[in-house]
Amino acid sequence: MEFIIYKIILISAVLGLTLLVAMYSTYAERKVAAFMQDRLGPNRAGPFGLLQPLADGIKMFMKEEIIPDVSNKVLFVLGPCIAMVTALMTGVVIPWGPDLIIGGTHYPLQITDVNIGVLYVFGVVSIGVYGIMIGGWASNNKYALLGAIRASSQMISYEVAMGLSIISIIMMTGTLSLREIVEQQAGAHWNVFYSPLAFIIFLICAFAECNRTPFDLPECETELIGGYHTEYSSMKLGFYLFAEYINMFISSAIISCVFFGGYNFPGVDSLGLSNNIMAFLHAGILFGKIFFFIFFFMWVRWTIPRFRYDQLMNLGWKGLLPLSMVNIFITGIVMYLAGKL
Amino acid sequence: MSTPADYLPILLQFIAALGFVVLTIGATHLLGPKRHTNVKNETFECGIESVGNARVPFSIKYFLVAILFVLFDVEVIFMYPWAVNFKSLGVRGLIEMFMFMSLLLLGFFYIIKKGALKWE
Amino acid sequence: MTQYFFYFLSFLAIFFAALVVLSKNPVHSVLYLILCFFSIAGHYILLNAQFLAAVHIIVYAGAIMVLFLFVLMLMNLNRDSEPPKSWQGKVAATLAAGLLLLVFTASIKGADALPSGNQPDNTVGLLTNLGKTLYNDFMLPFEVSSILFLVAMVGAVMIGKREEVSE
Repeated sequence: MEFIIYKIILISAVLGLTLLVAMYSTYAERKVAAFMQDRLGPNRAGPFGLLQPLADGIKMFMKEEIIPDVSNKVLFVLGPCIAMVTALMTGVVIPWGPDLIIGGTHYPLQITDVNIGVLYVFGVVSIGVYGIMIGGWASNNKYALLGAIRASSQMISYEVAMGLSIISIIMMTGTLSLREIVEQQAGAHWNVFYSPLAFIIFLICAFAECNRTPFDLPECETELIGGYHTEYSSMKLGFYLFAEYINMFISSAIISCVFFGGYNFPGVDSLGLSNNIMAFLHAGILFGKIFFFIFFFMWVRWTIPRFRYDQLMNLGWKGLLPLSMVNIFITGIVMYLAGKL
Repeated sequence: MSTPADYLPILLQFIAALGFVVLTIGATHLLGPKRHTNVKNETFECGIESVGNARVPFSIKYFLVAILFVLFDVEVIFMYPWAVNFKSLGVRGLIEMFMFMSLLLLGFFYIIKKGALKWE
Repeated sequence: MTQYFFYFLSFLAIFFAALVVLSKNPVHSVLYLILCFFSIAGHYILLNAQFLAAVHIIVYAGAIMVLFLFVLMLMNLNRDSEPPKSWQGKVAATLAAGLLLLVFTASIKGADALPSGNQPDNTVGLLTNLGKTLYNDFMLPFEVSSILFLVAMVGAVMIGKREEVSE
């Protein structure tokens, strides 16, 4: 019973934190964009515009819901709900820090450590396609349909390369549990140093999976108006946009955990602080890495123009897919030569 | 050792996420104004009257991409149990998987050569 | 506890499977089928076959169903209802399904119940053990399956190509 109560507390904390980070990512995105374009960005609501995300949220709540007459109404509502639920489901397997010890009992800062953590993430990602597909199709709008088809084709194409790129990491670590992967990288033994190619492929795929620039073709305004969410308004639109920011947060967390040592940082363990303070310090380190990658996502968005669709498909299928297979060959041969077999 | 109980928190998380989504959607439904008109409820098409509906066929290319995705996805799944046991399977496992992947690459080059993934 | 989960998941699986057949809109059918797959994945987890559960979600719910949805969207669905079937088709379908049910019932009746007390090893479905078995004992079938994939790829390309010529 105590186990379940602790899990419920942890789930609420992670859920709240995810939503908070996603909310302030929208603010950060506008500030970063403003900085890069030599503007001020939001600065009216509260000091430095810090209350802007809250104002946006309240606005989303108070807007009128418009459901087109010709749309498939049940599926129209279901689409954004699926997108949001799948976005919230991935955080379960991420290890946020080492165990807390209170009164001799270990409390892990991870909702659950499943044996197949990496596969769980891929499972949730593969379900995420439905939110966009169903929403775009149910709108019964040609632009929305095109946007949805583009988005789902893009996501499934990059999913293959993403799955392949992480195999070289698993060959080295020998486990799919994210906690074990993180623990093996203690100190500065980060996987990115051993398999940089896998990291680059994974990063590009993460951009494509999140539909971020330069892969934001599903919603490119100049061709498709709003893409798959052309017909959406009020909170349902909010869910689609919000899910994108949550996905960005979660993929940053996964990149940090798999390639950049998660909550590890060289030299921190020798500080000699008490266990619980260390746990929070480690969690802080993980968040530092996550925020860096979120910033990186934004930095790229305001720097690079978007691809053409054929370029995007060619990059996914003819570029990244063979490259990640070559990476597996290289990893296998190097590990054989290094006598690790 | 891993047991089914590890998956209980996932169920809890699902309930929490679903609860959040349902509550939010319900709240906006109640809070927002409701002034529907026929014109407002039409689908958007650059401001002109929309022609037909969106139940139109699209390029077969997308369909082909989906089929190839299914095939490659299954093959990628096959590699996970191998990668986890990579160190214990030894050289035999390495050769096994290289053979598997060579055939996979053969199919891949066939697809490229036939131009199945060529977008115009 | 496990038993309650088992009954609940079985109920869900059968319920959604029935909805797949009964719903008029094919897109709804696909969505119910995905939910049905999820309940079956839940069964795998109860059996501690975690890798199979993940495969079930990724391959069936995440890949094959996407393909199904693409096909449905390609098919130019203007009306929600499907065209009425001829009575011969209905009779044939009922007959075939009835025969299948008969075969299943007969095979389950003929099977011996699992001897109690002799608990099967519940770690056999874990990823490491599964990998060891697959890549040591079942090496040949695994390699042969890659040829199957090759054939499937050729087939897919041929289908795509032929459609293009006729357009």
